[in-house]
Amino acid sequence: MKTKVLVPSGVLGLGFDIKAFEKGLKLSPDVISIDGGSTDSGPFSLGTGTSKYSRTSIKSEWRTLMIARHKLNIPLIIGSCGTSGTDNMVDWMEDITLELSKELNQNLKIAKIYSELSKEKLLENYRNGSIANLQPKIKINEKIINNISHTVALAGIEQIQAAINTRADIILAGRTTDTAIIAALPILKGSNPGISWHGAKVAECGALCSTEPTSGVVMVEFYHSHFVIYPLSEKARCTPETVSAHMLYENANPFILFEPGGYMDVRNANYEALDNKKVLVKGAKWIRDKSYYVKLEGARISGYQTSSLVLLRDENYVNNVEQWTSKLKSFLNKEIKKRMNLASKDYKLQFRHVGKNATLGELENKSSYPNEVGVLCIITAKNKELSVEISKLINPFLLHYPLTKNEELPTFAFPFSPVHADRGALYEFSLNHKLKLKDPMSIFKLVLNEINNV
Amino acid sequence: MYELGSIVKNIRSKNAGPFWVTIDIFCLDAESLKVILKKIDVDLISTIFKINKRKIKIFKIDNLNVIKISFPRKVVQGHMNDRDMHGAQYSLLLKEFLL
Repeated sequence: MKTKVLVPSGVLGLGFDIKAFEKGLKLSPDVISIDGGSTDSGPFSLGTGTSKYSRTSIKSEWRTLMIARHKLNIPLIIGSCGTSGTDNMVDWMEDITLELSKELNQNLKIAKIYSELSKEKLLENYRNGSIANLQPKIKINEKIINNISHTVALAGIEQIQAAINTRADIILAGRTTDTAIIAALPILKGSNPGISWHGAKVAECGALCSTEPTSGVVMVEFYHSHFVIYPLSEKARCTPETVSAHMLYENANPFILFEPGGYMDVRNANYEALDNKKVLVKGAKWIRDKSYYVKLEGARISGYQTSSLVLLRDENYVNNVEQWTSKLKSFLNKEIKKRMNLASKDYKLQFRHVGKNATLGELENKSSYPNEVGVLCIITAKNKELSVEISKLINPFLLHYPLTKNEELPTFAFPFSPVHADRGALYEFSLNHKLKLKDPMSIFKLVLNEINNV
Repeated sequence: MYELGSIVKNIRSKNAGPFWVTIDIFCLDAESLKVILKKIDVDLISTIFKINKRKIKIFKIDNLNVIKISFPRKVVQGHMNDRDMHGAQYSLLLKEFLL
């Protein structure tokens, strides 16, 4: 028994080595699996239900994968469609797939897995005690839940396997764990779950587990009690070190990985180089939980932002920038109160000194005087109009505010017209929780769509 | 006095989900891991990153000669007060730490 999973790259939209991918196809994989998302770039994608990658990139890479799938007649699986895996992004991915199926003249059976939870469903589960905290604890209540724009549950292997069992050509999954789309088939075919989850974790970012991280393509061969992993790019190599090091990546605990239904423990894993490219791995264990939990992700609007940038080049201002913004801030707070009749809780005015400590803030321990400083002014208010209005109010003071009373009115550098950029809604991750399910499929929806173009 | 970064292979940091940051210190060998581990403790991490000691986890990964440090983000990724969406700059504070 052997299951070969071809992983073209860590995420669709990032690009991969085409030659390496073609080499992988020649090795007769049983499935092509690729991740479509992450929370990497922050809460915006989930909050708005939009993709962080361009549709053009996604479509062009998906075309390559659809052609390969058709040629080999094997399933193609994508998880976390459109970055956040919201329901509308599963449909977005389906639109792209339908367009391509027409252009490529392909008949297709598509299985879609929807993993979004409605507010009502989330509230119901909150009220009946099925939602538990993860660490660190994030406060939730009914008001917060009511304000969440999108909530998704991370699917595991059970939901992907249900889709595989429909014999679909293409599986478009909403939010899933990065690993589940790789581990689902080998476990279905009888490989040890600990081994399968481990192999999936190593391969989830494509060639990041090799010496050439950007080459993308890796193959994982799953056997009953071990897996073998290797990159397909000419120059890339997997070594016991590069493979085992991947458990460290974006993982708070290097030995344990929680997944729907349990966790994987790699403390007894053993890594052995088969040749200068391939690594054989065994020893990981899967520990099943008594209850089946899925992790939840949610994002809500926490305000509306505008930002302005003013550049200080005058040496006196550069050297006294903290004093300048501190005086300016208290002056502006008074002006905002006086002119707009706003209380300080209605808005937030932030200054960051680019060139000094904008990156690390209070943690910065270096202090030197640069040639110039960019003062980034960020306004967060409860609605868009207010945020823009405050930006406009402070605009002339940003440009001319003097450090001392008796000096000639200074004028600083604005690089943009208009000065402020309307950044729209600011989203905030609002859930760090897990949801208990009696039946793994209960909150997920599996929908089939058969397309005949030929 | 020398920087910690000058006596290791690499130090990197990244989010581990929106609520955690994790820092990996790749030491040169087992001996250097032992030496560095004596200097890197929760007190030091707590001072550098202004994080409550009880929240800091330090792991030793022997086969890779890696020290891993994880703690909850003080500011959740993407929050209005966040400055570094991916958490990759935290590593610099350890890289530049003077021994």
